[in-house]
Amino acid sequence: MSPAGRKHGRPGWPVIRAVGIDGFLVSFDDRLSDAANRAALACRAALDAARLPGVEETSTSLASAYVRFDPTETEPDALRGALAAFVGGRDWYRAPLPAGRRLWRIPTVFGGDRGPQLGEAAALAGISEDAAVASIAGTRLRVETIGFAPGQPYLGHLPPCWDIPRQTDLTPRVPVGALTVAIRQLVLFTVSSPTGWRHIGQTAFRAFRPEAERPFVLSPGDEVIFEPVAGAEFQRLETSGADGGATSEDLP
Amino acid sequence: MTAAVTVLEGGPHLTVQDLGRPGYLAFGLSRGGAVDRLALYEGAALLGQSAGLAAIEMAGRGGVFETGADLTIALTGPPMAARLDGAPLRWNASHLWPGGTRLAIGAAVAGGYGYLHVAGGIQTPEWLGSRSVHLAAGIGRSLDAGDSLPVRPGATPIGHGWRLDVAQRVDGGAIRVVPSLQTEDFTPAERDRFADTRFRRDMRGNRMGQRLLPDGTGFASDAGLSVLSEITVPGDIQIAGDGMPYVLLAECQTTGGYPRIGTILPADLPRVAQAGFSAELRFQFVDPDTALGIERAYRADLERLGAGRKRLVTRAEDVPDLLSYNLISGVTAGDPPEGAET
Repeated sequence: MSPAGRKHGRPGWPVIRAVGIDGFLVSFDDRLSDAANRAALACRAALDAARLPGVEETSTSLASAYVRFDPTETEPDALRGALAAFVGGRDWYRAPLPAGRRLWRIPTVFGGDRGPQLGEAAALAGISEDAAVASIAGTRLRVETIGFAPGQPYLGHLPPCWDIPRQTDLTPRVPVGALTVAIRQLVLFTVSSPTGWRHIGQTAFRAFRPEAERPFVLSPGDEVIFEPVAGAEFQRLETSGADGGATSEDLP
Repeated sequence: MTAAVTVLEGGPHLTVQDLGRPGYLAFGLSRGGAVDRLALYEGAALLGQSAGLAAIEMAGRGGVFETGADLTIALTGPPMAARLDGAPLRWNASHLWPGGTRLAIGAAVAGGYGYLHVAGGIQTPEWLGSRSVHLAAGIGRSLDAGDSLPVRPGATPIGHGWRLDVAQRVDGGAIRVVPSLQTEDFTPAERDRFADTRFRRDMRGNRMGQRLLPDGTGFASDAGLSVLSEITVPGDIQIAGDGMPYVLLAECQTTGGYPRIGTILPADLPRVAQAGFSAELRFQFVDPDTALGIERAYRADLERLGAGRKRLVTRAEDVPDLLSYNLISGVTAGDPPEGAET
């Protein structure tokens, strides 16, 4: 790999590894950072545009880009070589985020019955509940990846005080639209699920809509602001449709 | 004209499955589809149709089904006791299912996933190019008694009354794996111990994954539980917090944070998902070139399965079953369907 690809990453990165018999993973770090996430998003978008022969699907996780290929049609070594040349040809850590991103503003009720672990999470972060809500609402977050469940975003980064662990015991079930926190990230649940993340708020926003023309509403790289609303207003939004009062605009 | 297969008895273990819905990993949706993809190809070979058509997947046990129209069906996967209005039906074979009769499918003798294929395929609505129910993602739902599934009536171009000698998949054996993203985080000694260990299928398993039980202690890696969540694919052997291996299957999550010691080749995955509870499994690491050769041969074999199709009553050992075939499949009535291959 040429030095260009690793100029602004940590030494030794990025690396390309095989995933099973029909995939390669380009990892930009083995720990999450803003630069590594940006690199993964930019690299995947460029790979999609480049249409390397044999590539059937791409995706990203927090700090890596994945390509899947058909091993009966494609020589893995040749694709790996093409991928290495592609990745090495650019400093992905400095690349702009992909085009076509959107900014979402999602009304959220924090604390109380709708966010029963806000107090616990704020205490772990070492701040008051009011400061916790202000901190989250005041941070413009990026969809760093979508995973675990369909359309489900992992959003980051929150300020450093939010580097709190997941809970040891699972919460048996959080509802669709639940806003949860751990390790400087938020997860906005698209299915009702058990979780080790702390449930601090609730939205009426459904990010996975199997019945809709566009079932996956958010894309990796989109940005989100969670705007606090009062309980009474939230009750109105709950019956207002799948957006739950959320609005979006194109990002330049 | 349409017809239907009605579920008279059955429950959450029955789902409609095809080859799944590739292409949505970026949106957090795994491919899904049949747990035993080979069984879908076998059913397709028996009916002379595309493996992409949807069938009913039966986890552990079948159900009781009824149809109003004459249908041609095939039964694949680990054998289950199947009867048509009381007359036994051979497994890994195709049959005429006359309208108005009842098809009763019992428990899988060795556990695992059985498949009921209908000529023309189950015609439930597609979503993103597939009819597969994805339970983990909440796409579609399992079947209930009273459900009716649309099908196309009529025979296949090759007719019914065929059987297929299938690759065994309930007896365990050597399962070939390639290294995964975290294999190097396991010490060479731990990897050797993994390859020397015998495993059995645990009772705990579903369409997302199958837990395995080693004949010794669990496994540990240097990565511990601090792995950054990363892409996961069916066949990955993840080592959970308790040290036990958990093999990811069709409905696995798209990302996971547990270290993975290896990835099972698609050709061998059915023998893990379908292993009998007493069958012994062991893992054998193979290099990438060997794995590529195995995969290419496997895919070529899938396309050639139809060539192994044989008439149901051509071997001496089939004769004891002759009565039932006379009554229900008509194969011995001297009227091989048009276009039948021999």
